[in-house]
Amino acid sequence: MSHYDATTHTRGESLYVDDVAPPHGMLHAAVFGSPSAHAKLEAVDISRALAAPGVHAVLTAEDVPGDNRLGPIIADEELLATNEVHYIGQPIALVLADTVEQARAAAKLITVKATELEVIVDPREAFARGDFIAPPRTFEMGDVDATWASCDHVVEGRCDIAGQEHLYLETQRARATPGEGSRVQIYSSTQSPYAVQKAVSCVLGVAQHKVEVDVLRLGGGFGGKEDQATAWSCLAALGAACTQRSVQLVLHRLDDLQMTGKRHPYSADFKLGLAADGTLLAYEATLYQNSGAKADLSTAVLERSLFHSTNSYRIPNTRVLAAPCRTNLHPHTAFRGFGGPQAMFVIEAALAKASEETGIAREELQRKNLLVDGDVFPYGQTIERAMGEATWDDAMSNFDWAAMKAEVDAYNATATTTRRGLSVMPICFGISFTKTFLNQASALIHVYTDGSVSVSTGGVEMGQGVNSKLRNITARGFGIDTGHVTLESTNTTRVANMSPSAASATTDLNGMAALNAVEKILGRLLAMMAEELEVEDVSRLSIVDDVLHLDGAPTSWTWEQIAGKAYISRVDLSAHGYYATPDLHFDAEREQGRPFAYHVWGTALTAVTVDVVRGTYSVDAVRLSHDLGRTVNPLVDLGQIEGGLAQGLGWMTLEELAYGDDGRLLSKALSTYKAPDIFFMPDDLQVRFLESENPTGPYGSKAVGEPPLMYGIGVYFALRDAVRAYTGLEKELGFKAPATPEQVLLSLHASTNEGGQ
Amino acid sequence: MITFLLNSQLIQTDESAGRLLLDFLRDHLRLTGTKEGCKEGDCGACTILCGQLGPDGLTYRSMTSCLMPLAEAHGRHIVTVEGLNIDGLNPVQHAMVERGGSQCGFCTPGFIVSMSGYILQAPGAPSVDGLKHAVSGNLCRCTGYASIIRASEDLVEMFTEGGEHEHVWNSPDRVGALIDAGMIPEHFGGAADTLAKIEPLNVKTDPGAVFIAGGTDLYVQRGEELPERAVRVLAHEDGLHYVRRDADTIRVGALTTFEQFAQAPEIRQMFPDIDETMYLIASLQVRNRASLGGNIINASPIGDMTGFLLSLGTTLTLEAPDGARREVAMRDFFLGYKTLDKAPEELLVELAFPAISPSERANFEKVSKRICLDIATVNSAGRFEVDAMGLIKRAWISVGGVAATPLFLEKTRDLLEGSVLTTELVLDALEVVDQEVAPISDVRGSADYKRLLARQLVLAHFIELFPGNLNISALLTPQDQNRGAAE
Repeated sequence: MSHYDATTHTRGESLYVDDVAPPHGMLHAAVFGSPSAHAKLEAVDISRALAAPGVHAVLTAEDVPGDNRLGPIIADEELLATNEVHYIGQPIALVLADTVEQARAAAKLITVKATELEVIVDPREAFARGDFIAPPRTFEMGDVDATWASCDHVVEGRCDIAGQEHLYLETQRARATPGEGSRVQIYSSTQSPYAVQKAVSCVLGVAQHKVEVDVLRLGGGFGGKEDQATAWSCLAALGAACTQRSVQLVLHRLDDLQMTGKRHPYSADFKLGLAADGTLLAYEATLYQNSGAKADLSTAVLERSLFHSTNSYRIPNTRVLAAPCRTNLHPHTAFRGFGGPQAMFVIEAALAKASEETGIAREELQRKNLLVDGDVFPYGQTIERAMGEATWDDAMSNFDWAAMKAEVDAYNATATTTRRGLSVMPICFGISFTKTFLNQASALIHVYTDGSVSVSTGGVEMGQGVNSKLRNITARGFGIDTGHVTLESTNTTRVANMSPSAASATTDLNGMAALNAVEKILGRLLAMMAEELEVEDVSRLSIVDDVLHLDGAPTSWTWEQIAGKAYISRVDLSAHGYYATPDLHFDAEREQGRPFAYHVWGTALTAVTVDVVRGTYSVDAVRLSHDLGRTVNPLVDLGQIEGGLAQGLGWMTLEELAYGDDGRLLSKALSTYKAPDIFFMPDDLQVRFLESENPTGPYGSKAVGEPPLMYGIGVYFALRDAVRAYTGLEKELGFKAPATPEQVLLSLHASTNEGGQ
Repeated sequence: MITFLLNSQLIQTDESAGRLLLDFLRDHLRLTGTKEGCKEGDCGACTILCGQLGPDGLTYRSMTSCLMPLAEAHGRHIVTVEGLNIDGLNPVQHAMVERGGSQCGFCTPGFIVSMSGYILQAPGAPSVDGLKHAVSGNLCRCTGYASIIRASEDLVEMFTEGGEHEHVWNSPDRVGALIDAGMIPEHFGGAADTLAKIEPLNVKTDPGAVFIAGGTDLYVQRGEELPERAVRVLAHEDGLHYVRRDADTIRVGALTTFEQFAQAPEIRQMFPDIDETMYLIASLQVRNRASLGGNIINASPIGDMTGFLLSLGTTLTLEAPDGARREVAMRDFFLGYKTLDKAPEELLVELAFPAISPSERANFEKVSKRICLDIATVNSAGRFEVDAMGLIKRAWISVGGVAATPLFLEKTRDLLEGSVLTTELVLDALEVVDQEVAPISDVRGSADYKRLLARQLVLAHFIELFPGNLNISALLTPQDQNRGAAE
């Protein structure tokens, strides 16, 4: 059950883009990015860079043979900027040199003459000006306006939620090699090989079939390479086309941090109405998404925020407006959770505020309003197979919430320099691409005459374990040992038009496509064997543990023998499989439909200790019950849950992206942007897998990539609980994330509410 | 010619002394298992082991190759992840595979090397906590570390008392025993003999050369320039790595690394909690190279060891090229932001401070966004002597991150020394601290926050060191009732 690549990973033998032996004469590229966040470009002087040692070429927009415009949803980006720049680091020129050091040194010699324009970094300011990436959208259910009057309590507030750097350990990179004619081959560290193929075809002005994109693996993606890997591949391809040499572009960490977009920061206003007993009656929110300078995936991210704005709760009257606000920051992009976490933070903040004002415990409000089967989401989808209450009750009883609570209360009663806090965080996350057409996948499976199996799909391995799971699924489908199965690189010549590896759906979609191919080959093989054994009813035959079985009893035929016989018998040992998720639809005019195949549910309990002298804190425990369907690989699933949680904890605590008013990223290196290390994680981390029915996933499994990240939101509210145990309940605190040690110390000791937490 | 043993191969090269070992490994030798994640020592993906011959034989230390000049490898045994491979998986690799300790795999070689370094030579009984400290400089973005901790538990079980390889761990020659057990490659066996035959490196004394001690900050600041520059790599200069006690004075060679300092018996005896302090200061990979002298000369206002040494009353000895030496008190050494009382050609050779007497107490405080492997927002070190009557005889306190230079709190000292330690006095002292600091807002925190933090960290010294003399609750009464530090 180990990870597919674990052996070569631990031996240092796994190859990433720039580990592959370089072709002879390969050039190295460096990008010159805009020094201004918003300016009109008057002139770009590349002469000194061109004259620098080792430099072969310096390319600008003029050198783009095809279309200079890019963008996955709205084509509002330029591969290389022409008249205006809209964020610091926006690519303006590409330097090609013999060594990477020469290329980077020469890029520093490029200068621009520009007229500075006004810089906006605050999404509320863009909102006030009506400067949007696309029109704002509203999801509405019931009658919010008519309900406020009948509420016993109405609370209002504001949230400010910062973004998050992906911090894939492997920075963005690509290598392009020119082929014969106008062909080009690209090794890319991308989650979207087809997006790269399409974009390169546009940039070079050649048909898509002239562009081959190959992805062996990524050194982490987390959404940061869903769309934002594309430009770097295009630049490498442009360099290769212009010089007819291989070109490799590897971003330095500092460039990667400044040039690439991150999780969207959001600001939000909320209003929540409750009955006296804590029943949620009405919810209204405005989400101000800081989209950055370009559309990227922002509109899709925004949509997912809308889909998750009520998290796991039943609120009969809701109205949520979400606006993608254009600012002069790098274009923000996909990141594990994809807008869901920000919206879920807002409803959790509203519940915290309601609890603080009504005196009803937050967990009581949460439990009372959990969704059950038959409830309806604000976008019209009816809840099926709800696991909200099941995971909640499982966590509360198995981890003994009552005892945890009693222990913390007793501790705080006598504590001097520390305080403890607790929280419960339920999650409900929809699985499927919200753009329905993306919910399709293909696979290509070959069986060789020795019984070894080669599997190609559109799924990209980036550490999430899709290859491990596809190996499990394929082997199980054939009835053979996993040792027979090899997962190939993700290549656009073997699998066409693939959707990105994203939305937690990679295993679901590609696993089902692989099973479809397996069924085709297996059907042929069993038919062949039925003839051989003179069995009329093929269903009496099966392959179990590499051996052909008749009526459940082993025969003398092994898998290898069957494969060999198929070739001699002229039976096709290859198949293309295809899958499209059934029963998905969404009407964007009415904002109603059934966009998700199913939901993933879970509940996490979080315990923290705050040092009230220093404002520092520790995460003492996270104990969670997670709905997995029926796992096909528990090791992978556990790793996804723990890893997602770690990112969520980091997002809510340490990981602070600071920007200057000029749009410059201040936390621009790993010395100033801190993600969790081994000591940050709680010593007490417990995960319970809960099984549930899921007819849609391969072998009843459920997607696991994104949902666990949102357990991390719990740490914010546990810290708030601990701070309030010190300050007393009267002090009003805002909702500003992340809860850095700075926010916590100011909340503890500042007389005003400037701290926010 | 720079000569070193790389895994099983003797390398001789004329490459520039200041070139980074990481680039040499990846670009020149195409040993691509060692990864570049950040090039500033913050992620550990480039971790290698560096074996150095000493009086106790060959000692392996984990280091980040992204901050290591090639010349420093001279005469050493450099072990990359490839140099840990045997037929099949070694025990560390096996545990990581079995437990799912590797997902995307990019950080994995660094973890394998750090953990292997622990298995090779860690003193004492094997422990999960020890392994966690060994990987304190390795970041993983995929796993959340839980699976890596489970792999560590497997390793501890294997090598601990009653475990299947207990005898390997307890062998007087553990490296030999690991080779005999087939757990590490043979090349570890002959390494000492090979290194012994390598002639010392001719140290260049190019007049304009940049001095590189550990380089752990210098390469972060000037990483693109140094490979091209004439450099003087100090690592091979004899006589500047020592900690010794002369009567009541502790003398420390300027090139002594953080880790050598922390492991010196003279230091451990005075600072029994030094391991806790070191854990706050830097990762093991960085502590194994960063030098005390380099930390001071770097002149960062938030250098952790700098602040620590400043509070101890350290005197610096500087040597001119003609060998002439002069002394300067550390309190007088920092003239302004990154400006020192030091000529460019002068070399800091020794730090000396009065030994801590049994009647004294010292404490180090640091707050950063992340507790470990982060740069301080504010740090503070204090050295106090309070007699049985509660009379304060010494109150030397440094604060970093609140001024252009590391700050020694003179007015606070003047208030405290000669007075009896009371809760009221501490509150008065905190007022003086507030007057002495002048922080600015930056990426590490707002000025208001740093001002509040300076106060809280000085308060923390008293809470940590003198809980019996003070009314802690009164000291912690919400701020605005005492004084509005953050209004």
